[in-house]
Amino acid sequence: MILFFLSSGLFLGWSLGANDAANVFGTAVGTKMVRFKTAALIASIFIVLGAVLEGSGATKILGELGAVDALPGAFAVAFAAAFTVTMMTRLRLTVSTSQAIVGAIIGWNIFSGNPTDLTSLTKIVLTWVLNPVIAALFAMVLYWIIKFIMDNARIHLLTMDALTRLGLIVVGAFGAYSLGANNIANVMGVFVPSSPFHEFTVGNLVTITSVQQLFLIGGLAISLGVFTYSYKVMKTVGRDLFRLSPVTAFIVVLSHSLVLYLFASQGLRDWLLTHNLPALPLVPVSSSQAIVGGILGIAIAKGGRNIQWNILARIFSGWVTTPVIAGLISFIFLFFVQNVFDQHVYHETVHVFPDPVIERLEDEGIDEVYLGIFAGSEFGNVRRLNRLMNELGIRDEEERALIRYYSGMKEIEISQIILRQLDRSLFTPSQLQTLNALKGMTFQFEWQLYEALSNMSEEWQYREEIEENLEYNQELRKRYDFLISEFAVKIQ
Amino acid sequence: MAVGLKISRVIENQIDEFLDLVSESGLIFKKAVDNYLKESQDEFESRLGRVIDYERKADELRTGVEKELYLRTLIPENRGDVLAILENTDNVIDTMKHTLQLFEIEKPDIPSKFDVLFNEVTDVSIQSVEWLVRSVRAFFKDIKSVNDHIHKVGFYEQETDDIAVKLKSMIFSDEELDLSRKIHLRYFAAGIESISDCAESVTDRLAIYTIKRMI
Repeated sequence: MILFFLSSGLFLGWSLGANDAANVFGTAVGTKMVRFKTAALIASIFIVLGAVLEGSGATKILGELGAVDALPGAFAVAFAAAFTVTMMTRLRLTVSTSQAIVGAIIGWNIFSGNPTDLTSLTKIVLTWVLNPVIAALFAMVLYWIIKFIMDNARIHLLTMDALTRLGLIVVGAFGAYSLGANNIANVMGVFVPSSPFHEFTVGNLVTITSVQQLFLIGGLAISLGVFTYSYKVMKTVGRDLFRLSPVTAFIVVLSHSLVLYLFASQGLRDWLLTHNLPALPLVPVSSSQAIVGGILGIAIAKGGRNIQWNILARIFSGWVTTPVIAGLISFIFLFFVQNVFDQHVYHETVHVFPDPVIERLEDEGIDEVYLGIFAGSEFGNVRRLNRLMNELGIRDEEERALIRYYSGMKEIEISQIILRQLDRSLFTPSQLQTLNALKGMTFQFEWQLYEALSNMSEEWQYREEIEENLEYNQELRKRYDFLISEFAVKIQ
Repeated sequence: MAVGLKISRVIENQIDEFLDLVSESGLIFKKAVDNYLKESQDEFESRLGRVIDYERKADELRTGVEKELYLRTLIPENRGDVLAILENTDNVIDTMKHTLQLFEIEKPDIPSKFDVLFNEVTDVSIQSVEWLVRSVRAFFKDIKSVNDHIHKVGFYEQETDDIAVKLKSMIFSDEELDLSRKIHLRYFAAGIESISDCAESVTDRLAIYTIKRMI
């Protein structure tokens, strides 16, 4: 059953592999600089590596946009995205998996009554614009550098050919790694909140998280797409769509890969931040649009001739049409899965307002008038709570999020059995000691667990939100998320 | 990678060797014409033999390079252009060999008053071959200089034409020669002139291929 639900994500992965591997190796294979088998093998290995090692960075924002918390819901969302991508590809329309999945998640948000986090959505949409722009800038700079080298280094045409072949393989591997790291979020991101896997450790050395297992399967699905279908697409890319010379292909693929990596790597982002350099949000972006951006950059660097404005217009229209279509399809699929197949496509969170919740909200500065109305009430799901907040005129998204967070019930039990099985290597001795002290206790809200732990140990407290603490807080947040997912009482 | 670079080096050396043969054949051609005009038959024949030998070697090298480029799918984007350049450059040696063979077979009787112009037209025509070789080398290694060299080939081709016109006019205005001899001599002047035409036709293509090679 689990595999059945994952199948839509695997389908999406397959179609991503079939289409986007061509962005990385299309020209190299199309111009016969690299053999397809070599390209497919390198692409597969590096896509899986990128997905497993650095795939989680760009996944977070999709979770923030809408945490699809039930497996059948995730199935419908991924299927809607895959369906949109396949349908639009068949109609020869420009389509991006990233944009399809975002639309599909928003469709789930609307269907389940969960709010769409506008901050995340704005960030995501901004990156859609930034992606081709940054790729174009990278391509321009790389073009000038490589042109300078080629004009002055007097490299023989045949040596250049050998170097270009090597370059295409190296940037292809990097491109595949970046593609895996950035786009696995599209394929498996929606399954993360409802991941059916459990963390395990191999020989006390390597811990493989449930998310990494998900990403491994997703990465393998992408690889399957590369081996089974990308040859045709590579031939088309190499010959018809963008006729690039091997050297310009090298520049375009490198720009594309750098952009995808910038938008995917947590490590690179942290490094940039600690060195006071501008960092980009980690968001899944369109590989094809990064390629088009790179080509555009070269066209501009060459003096701005031969720019294909119709392709640009198609990209702009894709930013709107793809998410809207995917959102609609997602909504319809969710309706079918819920009503025809009788599956829960989302978990209903009950929101209650006992005194402790009211006190916390008061501390957070929520207007007492509102709190008087909320006090003692209970809402069967988030939609009802949202409705009341609308009626009361609470429009500030931050206030609404606080009210939802503090009132959202989540039963947590620090059970002895789970405590014993817990991977101890993830925590500090002090953290473990505090956790053990809570043995047998139950909590009704996530924030109660936080309060209990942070009151007992400094190592469970978030630090002030300044730059040098960002990484620490992020790690701590991961520990909390892990605890909550492990100790949450599973409703049968 | 190392293997790829090694193969590239081997082919690069073969191309260089091929171009050396073209260049040397030009210099030998010049000497051979001078030998013929000075009636040094033995030296002429020895030089003709060397040009024939160089032409054969150049053919072998060219076909070897072509085979390697195809078999190993090297320079896929420029392969057709490179093969066309090599084949057309090979035509220049062929023309030189052919012209010298005609000297050997037909043994034109050239009055000594035409020696200076015959030597001059040969010298300038071979200069165009020299600059052709430089253009082709630059096409492979120094793309920025190709057009400068191509310009020189054009210049020497024009010079050759001018001197050839002068030579032909002198031949046909000579009252001591009968028409058949005039036509025979003109034929040899045109043969020497055709070498620079051949060189120029290679550079015409080269100019286009150079634009294609610019990234």
